[in-house]
Amino acid sequence: MSKYLSKLTSPLIAVILGLVVGAIIMLVSGYDPVAGYGSMVNGIIGDSYYVGESVRTIIPYILAGLAVAFAFRTGLFNIGVEGQLIVGWLAAVWVGIAFDLPRIIHLPLAILAGAAAGALWAFIPGYLKAKFRVHEVIVSIMLNYTALYVTNYLIRNVMTDKLDKTERIADTASLRSPFFESITDFSRMHWGIVVAIICVIIMWFLLERTKTGFELKAVGFNQHASEYAGMSVNKNIILSMVISGAFAGLAGAMEGLGTFGYAAVKGGFTGMGFDGIAVALLGANTAIGVVLAALLFGGLKAGALNMPLETGIPSEIVDIVIALIIFFVASSYFIRWIAARFKKGVK
Amino acid sequence: MEYVIEMLNIRKEFPGIVANDNVTLQVKKGEIHALLGENGAGKSTLMNVLFGLYQPEQGEIRVNGKPVKITSPNIANDLGIGMVHQHFMLVDPFTVTENIILGKEPSKAGKIDLKEASEEVRKLSEQYQLRVDPYAKIADISIGMQQRVEILKTLYRGAEILIFDEPTAVLTPQEIKELIYIMKALIKEGKSIILITHKLKEIMEVCDRVTVIRKGQGIGTVNVNETNPNELASLMVGREVLFKTEKTAATPSDVVLEVQELEVKDSRGVSAVRNLDLTVRAGEIVGIAGVDGNGQSELIEALAGLRKTTAGSIMLNGKEIRNLKPRKITEAGVGHIPEDRHKHGLVLDYSIGENIVLQTYYQRPFSKAGILNSKKIFEKARSLIKSYDVRTPSEYTPARALSGGNQQKAIIGREVDRNPDLLIAAQPTRGLDVGAIEFIHKRLIEQRDAGKAVLLISFELEEIMNVSDRIAVIYEGEIVAIVDPKETTEQELGLLMAGSKRTEAGGKQNV
Repeated sequence: MSKYLSKLTSPLIAVILGLVVGAIIMLVSGYDPVAGYGSMVNGIIGDSYYVGESVRTIIPYILAGLAVAFAFRTGLFNIGVEGQLIVGWLAAVWVGIAFDLPRIIHLPLAILAGAAAGALWAFIPGYLKAKFRVHEVIVSIMLNYTALYVTNYLIRNVMTDKLDKTERIADTASLRSPFFESITDFSRMHWGIVVAIICVIIMWFLLERTKTGFELKAVGFNQHASEYAGMSVNKNIILSMVISGAFAGLAGAMEGLGTFGYAAVKGGFTGMGFDGIAVALLGANTAIGVVLAALLFGGLKAGALNMPLETGIPSEIVDIVIALIIFFVASSYFIRWIAARFKKGVK
Repeated sequence: MEYVIEMLNIRKEFPGIVANDNVTLQVKKGEIHALLGENGAGKSTLMNVLFGLYQPEQGEIRVNGKPVKITSPNIANDLGIGMVHQHFMLVDPFTVTENIILGKEPSKAGKIDLKEASEEVRKLSEQYQLRVDPYAKIADISIGMQQRVEILKTLYRGAEILIFDEPTAVLTPQEIKELIYIMKALIKEGKSIILITHKLKEIMEVCDRVTVIRKGQGIGTVNVNETNPNELASLMVGREVLFKTEKTAATPSDVVLEVQELEVKDSRGVSAVRNLDLTVRAGEIVGIAGVDGNGQSELIEALAGLRKTTAGSIMLNGKEIRNLKPRKITEAGVGHIPEDRHKHGLVLDYSIGENIVLQTYYQRPFSKAGILNSKKIFEKARSLIKSYDVRTPSEYTPARALSGGNQQKAIIGREVDRNPDLLIAAQPTRGLDVGAIEFIHKRLIEQRDAGKAVLLISFELEEIMNVSDRIAVIYEGEIVAIVDPKETTEQELGLLMAGSKRTEAGGKQNV
């Protein structure tokens, strides 16, 4: 137990440090930090509506974080989660609109379509890395742009006639939940949270308990020894990217089928895919760590929305505060390192 | 006689183990002092204490008679203590000079004065007869030369006491001779040397005195000219050690491995193995003798399926296994103790238990329907750890944390336990101490006596002579001679390995 506690102390200290420096910035800019943070907390858990919205915000962060973390655990850096998320979003919405099926088939089909699209998008860098040793970072970054513009084109020219967003998905494909809505004062909280939790369990189980996970991690740690032991390095590189991409695609599907119910032309990236990198790193690339980091991230993002409304603090300051907290959490490794050096020196 | 270094009654604990207990080491000025002990005996810990990487719980360190507290390598440097690490700490794309001045760059107005530095490096190199080109890139020079760069690094920092950590483990016999010469030159110039080693031959050859550590305990210090290898070995291991491995005559039966006209290209596309014929029968150990770089690595990789071959055939029990995937070859009955245990043998970040099932994790009982059975995996690990005397805190310890000998024992346990028809042992005792070497040789002979075919590849002639039933000499990728260890001498083998008797011995002697 104390082992887990000590793992948590340095992120906690970092959060507090981030809040303190954020408070100083608010003071300097002439705003009341107490009121500011009060409204932030209010915006996270102030009433049932806010709780619902916070949970909704957390869902894609969990999935995007899992996607990045999974690739990291197997020695790959999937920086293309953003693109995989965007194609997953569109694919899920497409299936949600195009088919007329009973809910029990339609909803899973739409979710799987999102996962499959993300997986396919991630397959490309995986394949290129396995076959030609092209670095996955380069290919997947480029594919982010490809995903953005291809989906925009599809929405405007194929799925609609020069409109900026698709029509709504059929009710049978929606993740919306009258039950969650009723207990959270009509927030947009949806069943996606269940999907996210299932994925967390899948990731943990796959990596820690299956022979596939054993191979994936081994290849990530030491390709030579894995090859010597009879594992196929190339197969595992591709598989890792595909699974990672599936998580990313699911993150997009949750937005498409749950939060929005449609796909819209995007002027730029959603940012969730990139935030997923931070979530994964903060969560030390473990399934449970990703959940905790996503809670922090999603919570801050959701609560921040409330700060300008209640206290008039401009949203730019809010962004600075969030960035500071992330900065300090990220430097917690550094903090720990300093602490360790210090301890050694004193002894 | 004054001492330059005194480490008195040092005690260093780590959670769960006492790495050094009451160890005393006193080094006289101008001597080569050996620190002898098995793998994991605590030699490295003691040296890390001296080098400021660890703080001792008890004991005193004195340099030139004055008590000192060494809390960081920088302080050690200032006191004139330099360390030549076993694993070189060099930046490959940098030149020799750039590596040497790294962290202590002489600069003029913020600009590094490379010319002056190179000049100084050249002077030092001349003074100690190191013959290092200050402008050569590390990536382009041999291992032996790289080691000399490490030596220069310590000298450049003004070291008076040099610690050599297992310096000969990575060197060829020729390079070892040169190193010994260099060490003697250093002594002549007034330096003192601590040599960490478990090779008794080296100690007898170059050292003045030797301090022995066993299982963290200081056993004592003896004068080299008053002792002999047998005494040193028993001091180190704590029991009598057999240098000559005892074995009965081999009773070879069916052919297990038959290699014919094999050709393998190396990474640059040059044939490293060509027209190679080799037969290994059940119940015999065939040793491959040769100087490093004559195609041994490529041959092993080809046999294990890690490298594609371009021509010839490899038959295992009458079935062609050439260019099959490593897993198919493993399943066909080949066990392989790889040359480089860190690169190929182990996933260092995995636990020792996970490493023990590295090739069998997908089979029952270790996994069923794709789900791992960790209970069975670690049960297996426990039993192998016990029967192969792998010294590890537990089966969950990462392989990285084990000493080289124990890592090697785990690999051998894993390979032998799969019960292969052919066991390939590549450099199985490299870097290991006499106790571990004896253990490993016994296991190889045990396998032979159990009717397995064993192929031993080694650069150590002594090992080849000792363990093999037949010796095949490899030269420039070909087997140039096959000799009986009972009827040959090291001199004859040496000549064959150098290619000088090639024509008389005949290129293709298929026995």
